Amino acid sequence: MDFRLTEEQEAIREAVGEVCARFPDEYWRAVDARGDYPGEFVTALTESGWLAVLIPEEYGGAGLGLVEAGIVLEEINRSGGNGGACHAQMYTMGTVLRHGSDEQKRRYLPEIAEGRLRLQAFAVTEPTTGSDTTQLATRAERRGDGYVVNGQKVFISRAEHSDLMLLLARTTPLEQVESRSHGLSVFLVDLREADGAIEIRPLEVMMNHHTCELFMNDLELPADSLIGEEGLGLRYILDGMNAERILIASEAIGDGRWFVERGSRYASEREVFGRPIGANQGVQFPLAQAYAQVEAASLVRFQAATMFDAGEPCGPQANMAKLLASQASWNAANACMTAHGGYGFACEYDVERKFREAKLLEIAPVSNNLVLAYIGQRVLKMPRSY
Amino acid sequence: MKVAVCVKEVPDPAAPRKIDASTLRLDRSGEGALNPWDLPAVEAALRLVEEHGGEVVCVSVAPERAAATQRKALAMGADRAVLVADEAIAGSDLVATSRVLAEALRREGADLVLFGQQGADSDGAVLWAAVADRLRLPLMSQAAGLEVSGGTARVKRQTEHGYEVIEAPLPCVVAVSDAINEPRYPSLKGIMGAKKKPQETLSLADLGLDAGGVGEAGSGTAVYALGPPPPRGDSLVVEDDGQAAERILEFLVERKLA
Repeated sequence: MDFRLTEEQEAIREAVGEVCARFPDEYWRAVDARGDYPGEFVTALTESGWLAVLIPEEYGGAGLGLVEAGIVLEEINRSGGNGGACHAQMYTMGTVLRHGSDEQKRRYLPEIAEGRLRLQAFAVTEPTTGSDTTQLATRAERRGDGYVVNGQKVFISRAEHSDLMLLLARTTPLEQVESRSHGLSVFLVDLREADGAIEIRPLEVMMNHHTCELFMNDLELPADSLIGEEGLGLRYILDGMNAERILIASEAIGDGRWFVERGSRYASEREVFGRPIGANQGVQFPLAQAYAQVEAASLVRFQAATMFDAGEPCGPQANMAKLLASQASWNAANACMTAHGGYGFACEYDVERKFREAKLLEIAPVSNNLVLAYIGQRVLKMPRSY
Repeated sequence: MKVAVCVKEVPDPAAPRKIDASTLRLDRSGEGALNPWDLPAVEAALRLVEEHGGEVVCVSVAPERAAATQRKALAMGADRAVLVADEAIAGSDLVATSRVLAEALRREGADLVLFGQQGADSDGAVLWAAVADRLRLPLMSQAAGLEVSGGTARVKRQTEHGYEVIEAPLPCVVAVSDAINEPRYPSLKGIMGAKKKPQETLSLADLGLDAGGVGEAGSGTAVYALGPPPPRGDSLVVEDDGQAAERILEFLVERKLA
């Protein structure tokens, strides 16, 4: 077993770090305070090709795997940034890549690889339907050559900063399907042509995440916007979830490293009662514990990514990576916040910003409770708990 | 045109420098990095070749592991790399290093040889002069601008009193300042392609050089002592009670700094 990164992987980490170094704490603090989208940062990443890591070479990407994509996102978050602004541009195209027609791939993937087209919104969740995706109510009805969509979506991130959006909608009513998992279909929606038929309302949340509510009112879609076969959309979506979990785990690991680094540095410098506060075990040990947890989560993440890249089933590993990484990051966030004391709440220390961002990863893209339910039921073969 | 860029591996500039007490040399055992001062030189070379066609070759004199550092220049877009690595070279001063580097450059026969202003480790800022002298080539330094046309290199030279615009016929040696450009980031495709680019490692024998002319034996200087900089001494903290500006001014006047 060799746990080291290759020279090329190290070079990727270093090069992404160089891009990130030009976007220091002050940049992210200002973007956060104004609720802005970090457009300059995303442009810099795009220009250097970092968001096309997973796109095959024949479509203009790098043709690398989740190990490398994870390194990119980890480094963004480790440097103090937030990969959430752009991670979806990396992997949302996976659904098109795996299930789209040759024509769709040729038309969209090279443009996505170059960053001329942004596909970084994915509309699944609805106000009344969260984790139980089979209950989706948004309807796409066949009309003439195409489809007409009506419904509502919520927590759709970056919809305002995306040209294309994947949409999961019901094409066959639930009561008419053979199996509960059938009857949903995936569409590639061109948001630039959806004038008037999609209303996008930004949803204020506790961190700068650009998430939105969508209202679709007689949205007309051409037939060729359907991805894959009608009715198999849920399967296509589930297919991409392992990749998403592994990448989100990588962001959490990056956050965890940032918290441990800032927390231990501050604890070593800040003097109270004539010595650094880090000389107290009550301050030092939570940071040491957090470090160990982040390292452990990182190994499970790389295991999951390596299995995914080898084409092996990796549901348990991907889920565990997401669980462990988000927990490790949150523990690190708490240790860092506690070590900073009152200064942790001051925006200029950036801890409170990262703290707000880190909490999300315990909840999204899947709640950690559902990960535990998955492990209990699917891995340990215990009774279904929900 | 063929542009040779001399690039150096230096210890991670972000890490504190350590001295090896037994050899009185800089401890280079940690992670190496491409000398930040060389990045504008690589960028300048790439831009010239993008404009005029040709190739960019990176040349280094360093231990073999510097091949990995050279790949960073290849990832930025350089076409190939030449590394002179030979244990006998260890301990060379600027004079001895220039002997090896000049020979490697002579073998390349480039139209233009570019250097960064100095090494971020030893901050010598004279190697380019020594190399130009050995190659008997014209030298232009502190280049904040560089153009090539019709067999002539034109440099906008940064000086304390303004800019000089000077020219030299090719082939020549130019040491660029970091004001010349904003070096590009290595792109993902660049990194992926770097490993496939030719990298050549040469020994002293390949260059027809004798071990006696390099290392400590071939050096014109010897290091007798090397130590960390002295502590900065007491600092004075001026609290602003409305008089701070005056007190700072007094402090500066007292030391004839204002």
